[in-house]
Amino acid sequence: MIKFLLKGLLRDRSRSLFPVLVVVAGVALTVLGYCWIKGAQNEMVSGSAHFSHGHVKIMTQAYAREADQVPNDLGLVNVASLLEDLNAEYPDMIWLPRIQFGGLLDIPDENGETRAQGPVVGMAIRLFDEESPERNILNLDNSLVSGRFPDKSGEILISDAFAKKLGVAIGETATLIGSSAYGGMAMSNFRVVGTLRFGVAVLDRGAMVADVSDIQYTLDMPDGAGEILGFFEDDIYDDKQAHQIAAEFNEAHLQPADEFSPVMKTLREASGVAYMLDMTKGIFTAMILLFVFVMSMVLWNAGLISALRRYGEIGVRLAIGEDKGHIYRAMLAEALMIGIIGSALGTLLGLAASYYLQTKGIDISGMMQNASMILSNVMRARVTPVAFIVGFLPGLMATLLGTAIAGIGIYKRQTSQLFKELEV
Amino acid sequence: MRKFLIILLVLPALLAAQTPTGDEILKRVDDNMTADNKIVTSKMIIHSRRGSRTIEAKSWLQGSEKSFTEYLAPAREKGTKMLKLEDQLWTYSPSTDRIIRIAGHLLRQSVMGSDLSYEDMMEDPELHNLYTASVNGEETVNGRLCWVLDLVGKKEDLAYQARKIWVDKERFLILREERFAKSGKLLKSTDITETMKIDNRWIAKRIVFKDALKTGGGTEFVIESINFNADIPDYVFSKASLRR
Repeated sequence: MIKFLLKGLLRDRSRSLFPVLVVVAGVALTVLGYCWIKGAQNEMVSGSAHFSHGHVKIMTQAYAREADQVPNDLGLVNVASLLEDLNAEYPDMIWLPRIQFGGLLDIPDENGETRAQGPVVGMAIRLFDEESPERNILNLDNSLVSGRFPDKSGEILISDAFAKKLGVAIGETATLIGSSAYGGMAMSNFRVVGTLRFGVAVLDRGAMVADVSDIQYTLDMPDGAGEILGFFEDDIYDDKQAHQIAAEFNEAHLQPADEFSPVMKTLREASGVAYMLDMTKGIFTAMILLFVFVMSMVLWNAGLISALRRYGEIGVRLAIGEDKGHIYRAMLAEALMIGIIGSALGTLLGLAASYYLQTKGIDISGMMQNASMILSNVMRARVTPVAFIVGFLPGLMATLLGTAIAGIGIYKRQTSQLFKELEV
Repeated sequence: MRKFLIILLVLPALLAAQTPTGDEILKRVDDNMTADNKIVTSKMIIHSRRGSRTIEAKSWLQGSEKSFTEYLAPAREKGTKMLKLEDQLWTYSPSTDRIIRIAGHLLRQSVMGSDLSYEDMMEDPELHNLYTASVNGEETVNGRLCWVLDLVGKKEDLAYQARKIWVDKERFLILREERFAKSGKLLKSTDITETMKIDNRWIAKRIVFKDALKTGGGTEFVIESINFNADIPDYVFSKASLRR
């Protein structure tokens, strides 16, 4: 029966070509859309994790409440001992102290007067140690444009575009004017030993990377840090595991009455990623439903046209005694075959386009010039195992639904009228 | 009866004539506060959410245009200097050996983490130059009878567009102050908790500043000593003296 129907579809192209093309187009767009959303989601999640939130983040409760203002005066103290505890309690995680800070980077002339000045976004990390995981996490080795990595106190990296804007060369002095942990003005001289290109507009506009020990001294935070970030060793965010670790940590360390006791938040809780993940999931669901609806409409219409064209054929089949239900089911089977073939071809087409966008990406730096969120300048699609099957849902649903609606007409045919209709 | 009616009619006019206008009170306040030269040693006790710390400083002031401040303690701040010449402000940090001009948004930054901003330091201390005052009643503050004055900015670019001050009726000293943004939002408040009399004028000895936008317990500004009409050489008010 299947072979018979398949032969019919292949030999009568007018019955299959248009529906297959519709399904191919719809499924290809669904697969591409899914991969693109997954890619964007991945860029946002990994960008947030690597640059500011980690997979889990430890702050004081007071800091956490005002985290968007990076209140270092409310930061963690006794960080060395807290890190020791964390490494003992969760040895499978990577724990890194960080201080985020802002200020002005001032470049002096030969008389010590200001030659150039610009606002800077600062990140204090473990930088001096060559084995520091920060290099991988922030992809620093590939981001270094000129110079070298700092290896002793007083050396910093700044973003390449910022260095060009300030006209500062490798080896020159730059003075950081920031805010100390007590809220007063803090000033320190640094030597620029290298420049970086992060590929993230907000950082490339004006960022400075220093070792955490130098910034602890500058901002008057001895053995302090704004936050401690925790990363899973495989660098893949596992929301369930992150929640479990955070719950355990908070159970042991959080003291609600002490606003300076540490609290652990997951990436999903701390970064607004939850909203973004929910939003992208919603967008994708809406996209699938839209494709199913539009394709169903088109295929219903195609089915109606087909039914008109096959009016005589169906009439003859009814006249020679074929059951209406049998004809209806045969048409649904045909639709299923069209759906499978179209979905397979559409998936292949969508995956091919997605692979291309995963490799090449689309440069959105033009749109990111004034952006304040940590997002890569090149957006890429991401092909995941789900992408291989996701297109079959709208592909099959639309063909079956379209044919099911169009095929209802079969039941309206009156056997008594058939010969008259067929003009026999 | 006629005499009584005349007294009744004339009395309010007589009383009104005795009450100076807001601008007159403000001028008296400024006269009490300003001097040609003064040398002040002071300390700021900053009460933050994490605890308190004390900053000690010595300032040389010439009129309202020039001032030079050197921080004496704690060790981390020792040697930090600030120079104000008219509407310009520089700071020198010994650890960087850099003189940085404080301008733009840096002016809004807190001085040493206190509830005072650099913008506060840049203000003309003579309020009658900046505000129009009107008397809005009388109240008692710390047991002293005060005029309550509403001050409205004469210019648009003031750090505080309006103020409310409580002026000691007898000593012409501001005992309480509230500073407001253009929107009417309270930005800062000050309370004088201790006063002292030097050279026949009453001045504040201990002022508690509270930045309404900051958490923490405020900043106590304590004047340890003040020397009016002191002899201050001109070189003190030069950029060269910052590195001296």
